[in-house]
Amino acid sequence: MIYNIPYIAVVCLILIGLYALVYKRNLIKMIIGITLIQSGVNLFLITLGYRKGSIAPIYTSSPGGIMALPIPQALTLTSIVIGVAVLALMLSLVIHIYRHYGTLDVRKIGRLNK
Amino acid sequence: MSIPLPEYTPALIIAIPLLGAFLTPLISRINDKLRNIFVILVLGLNLFFVSILAYNIFTKSAQEPYIMKYVFGGSQNIDLTLPIVRILFEVDAMSIFMAIIASTLMFVAVIYSWAFMKENTGLDKYYTLMLLLTAGMLGMMLTGDLFNFFVFLEITSISSAALVAFWTHKGESVEAGFKYILISTIGALFVLFAIAILYGQYDALNIAVLANAIQYTFLDKIALVLLIVALAMKAGIVPMHMWLPDSYSRAPATVTVALVGATLASLYGVLRVIFTLYGNILLDPAKFDIPVNIFIGWLIIPLAVISIIVGVMMALRQTDFKRLIAFAAVAEIGYIFLAIGTGLAAMGTEYGRTALEGGIFHIINDALDVGLLFLVAGAIYYATKEWSLNEMGGLARNMKYTTIFFIIGLFAVAGMPPFNGFASKLLIYESTFQLNPILAIVAILCSILLLAAFVKVFHSAFMGPKLPKFKDVKEVPKSMLFAMGILACIIIFFGLFPGLVLENIVRPAVDALLSNAQYLSMVLGGA
Repeated sequence: MIYNIPYIAVVCLILIGLYALVYKRNLIKMIIGITLIQSGVNLFLITLGYRKGSIAPIYTSSPGGIMALPIPQALTLTSIVIGVAVLALMLSLVIHIYRHYGTLDVRKIGRLNK
Repeated sequence: MSIPLPEYTPALIIAIPLLGAFLTPLISRINDKLRNIFVILVLGLNLFFVSILAYNIFTKSAQEPYIMKYVFGGSQNIDLTLPIVRILFEVDAMSIFMAIIASTLMFVAVIYSWAFMKENTGLDKYYTLMLLLTAGMLGMMLTGDLFNFFVFLEITSISSAALVAFWTHKGESVEAGFKYILISTIGALFVLFAIAILYGQYDALNIAVLANAIQYTFLDKIALVLLIVALAMKAGIVPMHMWLPDSYSRAPATVTVALVGATLASLYGVLRVIFTLYGNILLDPAKFDIPVNIFIGWLIIPLAVISIIVGVMMALRQTDFKRLIAFAAVAEIGYIFLAIGTGLAAMGTEYGRTALEGGIFHIINDALDVGLLFLVAGAIYYATKEWSLNEMGGLARNMKYTTIFFIIGLFAVAGMPPFNGFASKLLIYESTFQLNPILAIVAILCSILLLAAFVKVFHSAFMGPKLPKFKDVKEVPKSMLFAMGILACIIIFFGLFPGLVLENIVRPAVDALLSNAQYLSMVLGGA
């Protein structure tokens, strides 16, 4: 049971993120929802490669013993980098939206559109 | 028969636009005209390599399915069954088929951009993003590694979202761009989640290795649902199509053409996941003795039918030219999915194969027809600065060539002979009729309604008396006419010789999709 806690955390993070996306009306809060989903997926990847008591997978002067699997960590790093790029783009678009509409409320932006 | 090419050609196809993208801002410093020529040359070179590679692969796969494999870093002869991490490019007839579509569309789009985007500032960024988008799309189509697929998916979505919002002085464009990046990111994150689930079970990222090992456990089902939903959302199937009309209609016309390519890249992802990744277990009985293929097929067919109906009905009542074409594009995607669903549900039968052939053929026709119509809409905007159909009229008097291109696009998209849409739609009608006659009836009726929607456009935009406010409207510049001409010529060629295209291009692609066992054995090296 105790080893399943990270997976439960992953599901919780993703669900909270989805909740924010569906029910929050503020664009910034929706972006926070996206980052929460992103953290959930990243945590999932990291958890897959981890074993209890394992050390960082650096071969030179390693003290021995089991190592964590390095591939999920490499994947996570890539995913984090992509996440930063997406986040920056989304926030810059939000700045432009705020300049045009003077609000971040999804409903009001839609209404002005008509 | 095949033309000798270096073994690293698949990598070169990605590397050329990627390196070109980062050279573009530098060349832009020297001269604007030089930059335009440079970008056209880069994409032209890319199209050249893609075509030659395609020629090689199509001639080789005429006898039996053939896959060109390229391993990044290290020796080319590796045993994938061992747990080694390598990024592979696996190019079969299906992926190169999609790559031709993508690179042709991008090439046409940059030629068209020469005059169309001339008035805008920040064009160095525009061209950089266009090249990055090309690299992303081609990467999605050629890669044989799931995580790599995710990375290219993200490159595609980031660059296309930035391009949708390129006209930042219009609030609507920025809004559409935000919507697009939101949808794409959620989709991509679910794809990554599914990839992590598969990796956790089978300790592999390579599509062939995974497909060989897949067991269809409960987790695999979750991964399958996540992958199909996320990629179908990016392909714009109803009920997940809400972003598509917005981003298609608010973006510059050239970007819309590029977006059509990006949408089809996601569609390719759906095909690859269903037919290759889950290809081994498609005919296994899942539950209540119903095989998996019938399960997925009948899941896709209703959605596809709804897409066709919604797309056509919404297209009929639009007054915005580009929004109308965008809804027509939703309907076209529906036709492709209808064919895929039919092909899945009737897998192994003769007409199931016909359905897939129709679907795959329709992918290229959809790209050409919808692309041409968007370019025509862009040309009208360029000449009149007008999107709304209520404001247009009598344009045929001023813009003769554009009118001709519009008529070609109109008949092609509505599936009238002798244009290309007819050939593929006929295959789809024929095969869906054998599965269930109602499907074929709906498909034909909606096709007629689509014609009605475009005849309305033709009447209100091109016919009628000459409006005084359009007195000074002139024909669009030559580069735009040339770009539209390329697409129109291909449409007419495909319409006149559908058998040639079907035999030489479409059939190898369908073979590549269906012959999963050969795919696995060729990638894994006799395993």
